[in-house]
Amino acid sequence: MRSRTEIMMQIIFWASGIAIILFLVGILFTLLSNSLPALSEVGLLNFFRPGLWRPGAFGEPTYSINNFIIGTFMVTVGALAFAVPLGVAAAAYLSEIASPWERELFKPIVEVLAGIPSVVLGFIGLVILAPILANLFNIPSGINALNGAILVGIMALPTIITLAEDAITAVPKEYRHASLALGGTRWQTIWKVTVPAAFSGITAAAMLGMGRAIGETMTVLMVTGNMIARPSSFLDSTRTLSANIAIDIGDVVSNSVHFHALFFVGLVLFVITFIVNLLADILIQRKPEVNK
Amino acid sequence: MKQKRWLALFGAALLVLALLVTGCGQSEAPMETETEEETGAEEAPEAASIMIAGSDSEVNLVTRLAEEYMIVNPHVAIAVTGGGSGVGISSLIDGGIDIANSSRPMKEAEEADLKEKQGQDTHAVRFAVDGVAVVVNKDNPVAELTVDQIGAIYRGEIANWSEVGGEDLAITLYGRQSTSGTYVFFMEKVVQADYSPEMRNLAGTSDIVEAVTNDLGGIGYAAIGYATKDGIKAVLVAADEASEAFDPTILENVTSGDYPLTRPLYQFVIGKPSGAILDFLLYEVSEAGQQLVLNEGFYPITNADVDFNKKALQ
Repeated sequence: MRSRTEIMMQIIFWASGIAIILFLVGILFTLLSNSLPALSEVGLLNFFRPGLWRPGAFGEPTYSINNFIIGTFMVTVGALAFAVPLGVAAAAYLSEIASPWERELFKPIVEVLAGIPSVVLGFIGLVILAPILANLFNIPSGINALNGAILVGIMALPTIITLAEDAITAVPKEYRHASLALGGTRWQTIWKVTVPAAFSGITAAAMLGMGRAIGETMTVLMVTGNMIARPSSFLDSTRTLSANIAIDIGDVVSNSVHFHALFFVGLVLFVITFIVNLLADILIQRKPEVNK
Repeated sequence: MKQKRWLALFGAALLVLALLVTGCGQSEAPMETETEEETGAEEAPEAASIMIAGSDSEVNLVTRLAEEYMIVNPHVAIAVTGGGSGVGISSLIDGGIDIANSSRPMKEAEEADLKEKQGQDTHAVRFAVDGVAVVVNKDNPVAELTVDQIGAIYRGEIANWSEVGGEDLAITLYGRQSTSGTYVFFMEKVVQADYSPEMRNLAGTSDIVEAVTNDLGGIGYAAIGYATKDGIKAVLVAADEASEAFDPTILENVTSGDYPLTRPLYQFVIGKPSGAILDFLLYEVSEAGQQLVLNEGFYPITNADVDFNKKALQ
């Protein structure tokens, strides 16, 4: 009897594992097969040449996603620029300094932060953060790349804190004891020993946070202004790849070039996220080396 | 134990409430049918349901019309949702809904697509008139613009308020996204070219109002109903330099056609409408329907619109 249940379970688990792979392959296949008509019509290079995304232009439609890649890059890098230092510092505090009850209080709060719907953050960005930014930098409008970067950074924080804390906690006790025994202060121990020892884990945390940031749509859609021109700075409006899909998908005529071009944008987004997650995975795999 | 008793009590209360509600519903329904029979104008009405989706500018108005219609015709259930004109039209093409609300005419490609998928031509009804207001920050001294000036501003040719008689201040353009009927209407009627790539594409009308409220140099466009919000003002618009500028917030200016930025609101159906759908469309363009249109902040259809509707409704 037991062996039969075991075999059943084995099959079920195997099927679940295979299903995940099938989903991924299915998504990739859908994206690829639906992008092909756009690729043959527009040409691969024309997607990446400097220009504008104007599928519904008065004249000849153009499909350059050049500016959107720049926009996605700006929002992502801007988000990580403040989320990584903040997240790592919070993680170091949680694992090295905080007393048990502080940890008990803090960790659920981080999880609540992860649960805030992105549309709520977007609304906060639009109504509260935008006027603050406009006043701070003396610009006409706070609906810009910086606003998006800040909000996306907040969204990436829980991922970064949780993973970085795991990485720091995993650093063997002996490292800390050795440092303290040599007369290092607590600060020196954290900053010079523990955090560097957890470096690959922390980088992986940052990469996964980045994966979250690249694909984030709703918040960015609401606060970055979504202009199609190339942004001149972080204080300028911009449009990201994911926002572009969300904006256009509602009114596209199915099976038109525009429709397939949107699938291509999705494919580009998929490839970027895939690479980032793959790199993060490789870094996580490398973690045991640190512990030698 | 105590908890359990409370739970039982709560359950019982819910049950009683449910019975009461269904009881009321049942006692009401026969009365309605009786009145129908008394009038005796139509044969026994068949239960019908109508799904409507599309333009966000129309969703509140059509919901109100549907509510009023359902009071008189309780056998018809009408569900109205938004999503944008483009969303409504593509849902109609896919056959998911019965009526598509749209604040723009259907594109040729969409008509062809619908014919191919549904095997029938689409029919259109104009049931109300909407005006688009051009809004600026309430502290902006500019009060009047011509359609040409607004077009040049949105094409990016005029980038500073001083060029249209205002302060030396850069103009920030706010507009909707391509799913919006207002976006398309404004592009075709005013911009008559591509929008400036510098334009911010915001998700909804209230986002535009919010942005212009916070931006002294901002300009945006919105349905007239939104133009009276605090923090913004509607500029008076003249058809050209020679003509007078009109205030869109004054009803007569819009109904007389003097205010240049008006548009008919459409509903599209698959094939020639019949049955409950036809009945609902006829109610919308009836006197009672048009009065409701006016009460909701939109404008009644003109004689030209009545002629336009003949193809679908006669």
